[in-house]
Amino acid sequence: MDTFSGLLDLKGTPLDKQRFTWREMATRPISKLDDDATTRIRIILMNGIETEALRLKHIGARFHRELQPHLAHIRRVEQHQATAINWLISGDHSPLETTIAYEQVAIEVTAAVAQNEPDPYQAQSYRFGLLEDFDHLYRYSAMYDRLEGKDPNNILQGYTDIIPGRPTSQHHRNPSDDLRDSYDKTTAQLITKIHAAMITSSEYQTHDYYMNIGNTFADPVARALYAEIASVEEQHVTQYESLMDASETFMEKWLVHEAMEVYAYASCAEQEENPRIKALWERFLDYELGHLEFASDLFKKYERRDPAEVLVGALPKMRPLKRNRDFVRETLSKEVDLRAHGIDYVPKEKEDKASLDYRNHLNSEGIPADIASAGYVWTPGTELFRKP
Amino acid sequence: MTTSAPLGLNKTGAQMSPEDTKRQIEATEQFGPDVPGDVTRITEERIKFIREHEAIDEQIGSVPPPGSVKGVLKTGLDKMMGKNPELLLDKLGERLAYERTGVRLYEAFIAKVMAAPDARPELLGKLREIQVEEAEHMLLLKKSIETLGADPTTMTPCAHVSGTMAQGIIQVLTDPRTNMAQCLNAMLTIELADNAAWELLIELARQANHPNIASSFEEPMRREEEHLATIKTLLRDELKVQLS
Repeated sequence: MDTFSGLLDLKGTPLDKQRFTWREMATRPISKLDDDATTRIRIILMNGIETEALRLKHIGARFHRELQPHLAHIRRVEQHQATAINWLISGDHSPLETTIAYEQVAIEVTAAVAQNEPDPYQAQSYRFGLLEDFDHLYRYSAMYDRLEGKDPNNILQGYTDIIPGRPTSQHHRNPSDDLRDSYDKTTAQLITKIHAAMITSSEYQTHDYYMNIGNTFADPVARALYAEIASVEEQHVTQYESLMDASETFMEKWLVHEAMEVYAYASCAEQEENPRIKALWERFLDYELGHLEFASDLFKKYERRDPAEVLVGALPKMRPLKRNRDFVRETLSKEVDLRAHGIDYVPKEKEDKASLDYRNHLNSEGIPADIASAGYVWTPGTELFRKP
Repeated sequence: MTTSAPLGLNKTGAQMSPEDTKRQIEATEQFGPDVPGDVTRITEERIKFIREHEAIDEQIGSVPPPGSVKGVLKTGLDKMMGKNPELLLDKLGERLAYERTGVRLYEAFIAKVMAAPDARPELLGKLREIQVEEAEHMLLLKKSIETLGADPTTMTPCAHVSGTMAQGIIQVLTDPRTNMAQCLNAMLTIELADNAAWELLIELARQANHPNIASSFEEPMRREEEHLATIKTLLRDELKVQLS
């Protein structure tokens, strides 16, 4: 497997040289029509990672007064990085179009991660979540086609299939069935830690996005659909964050997060075809190397340990964030009927009664995802182009 | 501002990636829909929600009763006569909001025209003239609402709904990437609807027994017809230039 070698040892931009103007942050957005869908995938992924960087450091600051000035300093840069990235999404994306793009991110990134993940249990967890986000894409696509009268593939550009996955109506589980076993921080490979931090970031962003825009729809069917899928995204955050070792100290998690950002920007820079956006990924890769060095120095000072203890293992290159359809279809064929019982994945028949009761009650007055997608078959040009 | 969209690598169509499209269609054949039914499930659900609101007579908002005594008396009289003063107030509020937003829409459009490398002073002059008239119409409506004893600062339900409709137009006009023809098309939508609405408003005012208000709207109506003709001509010229 092709790896990044010596990536984390590179010298970056010192923190005090990481400056922005408003013009740089609110710059020219990408074209919804002409830019490649994978550029938008990377933009959404990196915004999710930057907003999680802020979140993690805010939580850390509440527990560590001595770190507060350092965290405040680094967070300001991350706020501006997140802005420069997220403002690349043009204003002509409707909320449903952005939603479809978010689900494409969830599918393509999770599929890429699941194939690279060396820990079998963690990889299984990614495949489990993947089939649910895959189903969300289908439900939202039906909603988009039937609400706006537009083709979801205008956003997906052929890279991702639009078919049912594990049905959304079956995703609703008792909270205890959303928790997973975690990696062991002393034995886990760095890439395992990076994957968990990356997918948690992405899912958190998706959850927050649905919670913010779900109520901006007038259509009661769309409002209900967002309510339903936002709840599943909260389950996904619960699942993915529990993949991380809860015995890691805040500073260990901080180091992993910075290493993950370096890895993610390096991967984006490597895969990006739009030269202007590629330059941004390269600039921010240098910024993240600066952040990693900053965090490493503080780790040595406060924990009196070598950061290398936390960051052990090779970094396999990220797989392309498109056309993971063969992997997704294979997973779908083999694992669509898996369910969660506690931290275990079990056949449908062995599902936890608590989850069944929980789900039956939620679904007892109608299932928004079913209503939105009844009989939906994606067709190029919308289902209205479908021959009778 | 460029006048027409260029030829380029628009990536949205299925024909841009025929291999992917083939695979996508193949997937829909292998993995069909899991929930029976069709789009009518959505229609049924919408009907359910509409009826839920209807059952408690809940709409998007209400028209406040006129505040001044004179207004109350007048509208009270109309009510006794079987008129529906809240309808007229709602529609007056809508026109006021529309003209007020219109002033802002023309401001955004003017920025487009000024940014064009071949900025035409006569076009700018014409647009400024229309903008001034939109503001005058707004003030006339404000006065009419006050005459009825009502509050011209209220966002009436119809004003609100027309504002919601205008959201897309605002997005088109303020996007730095939209071209002249696209913006003129947006303004045409605005002026077409404006024309029909003034016509209807005059009829409503007459029917509601407010002949003075109705006749005061005849001049704005004529001006709006001119706005529509101007925008239509500008759009036609713009498209012809692009074809020549």
